[in-house]
Amino acid sequence: MTSKSESINLSELIACHDCDSLQRRVPLPSGGAARCSRCDALLYRSCPNGMQRALAYTVAALFLFLIANAYPIAGIEVQGDRQAASLYGAVFLLWQEGHIGVATLVGFTTLVTPSIQIGLMLFLLIPLQLNHLITGAVPVLRVLRVVRPWSMMEVFFLGVLVSLFKLEQLAQVETGVALWAFAAMIPVMIASRMAFEPDEVWEKVSALS
Amino acid sequence: MSDVAMTAAQLGFYGCPTCRRVTERVPSSGDVRCGLCGTPLYLRKPNSISRTWAMLLSGYMLYIPANVLPVMHTGSLFATQSDTIMSGIVYLWTSGSWYLAAIVFIASIVVPAAKLAVLTFLLVSVQRRSRWAPFDRTTMYRVVEFIGRWSMLDIFVVTILVALVRLQSLATITVGWGAVAFGAVVVLTMTAAMQFDPRLIWDPLADGPRSRVD
Repeated sequence: MTSKSESINLSELIACHDCDSLQRRVPLPSGGAARCSRCDALLYRSCPNGMQRALAYTVAALFLFLIANAYPIAGIEVQGDRQAASLYGAVFLLWQEGHIGVATLVGFTTLVTPSIQIGLMLFLLIPLQLNHLITGAVPVLRVLRVVRPWSMMEVFFLGVLVSLFKLEQLAQVETGVALWAFAAMIPVMIASRMAFEPDEVWEKVSALS
Repeated sequence: MSDVAMTAAQLGFYGCPTCRRVTERVPSSGDVRCGLCGTPLYLRKPNSISRTWAMLLSGYMLYIPANVLPVMHTGSLFATQSDTIMSGIVYLWTSGSWYLAAIVFIASIVVPAAKLAVLTFLLVSVQRRSRWAPFDRTTMYRVVEFIGRWSMLDIFVVTILVALVRLQSLATITVGWGAVAFGAVVVLTMTAAMQFDPRLIWDPLADGPRSRVD
């Protein structure tokens, strides 16, 4: 029964984003997670060396993303007639055919959003790793939170597999390097997300300023 | 799961969506910003219910053309063929890959329909200030938020097919208007879920006498 404690120190409190119930911040054991006592929402976690690992995974994701865009995803061959497509090429083609809406949607969810994610993570984590205080940490974290659901690499990968299966009935299908780069990117991005705890960024930023 | 929980709003505190810290309301100042990270704060997402309804109703309207109109046209020397989402699934099913057919069926038919239904249910229950099973309704909301993106699957399938099948001598595939409507449904239902504020589910518990033990 601490609901009406006399002197509430605001910095010790945390409001659940899903049900708004107030709870006291507690220090977590290494690798632990704090959940809302009322609705079980994940409130914050403890990630030992989280920022360092997140940075490593993000660098890996950057290289995989560059490979994924530099090479074709797949190609087909029908009676000597060959055709290969890259992600960029596919989006460009849709745009050229006048389907600007679909081209924008696909380009945004598979090219723009992952680029923003990787770019902002590097922008945030490299200076912090070197113990430099950056000014834009707040908007960066806000953008990262807003952008996350629109990054659809894993859905795209499944979509490629389905389409290749459909084509396999009609033509000789060859998978490209980019397909495997995409496949490798998915666990790397997930690992970077698991290691990245915004709470630790706040603490580090507060400590530096 | 104690139901003696005190909410931030009850005490006039603003919870921050970015850093989850709590900020006190300062009287006579216009907009509130988070003391730690400076994010603009609201007790609840502004106009959450009407915005969610707007997105959702647009989603319902586009759901029909998304399923009726063809998502792609296949043209060859001999014939042209138009495929809706459902006929694409049937094709996968009859060609023997029932598991792929099941994946596409779930991602393209079940998920969008379930999203529309669940969001409608949540909105109605919130507007009636229902106290029924807030924990389960919050879980429903989280599920909808999590699975929403998988509906994009069919858009990506069409994109790859269009890009790969460019063999002038044999066949070309072009995008149909069904794909445009379908993409719009995905975007609308995703933004509807983002506009919805799950804290509204819990708010009725705070006013009046508490309901029976749950």
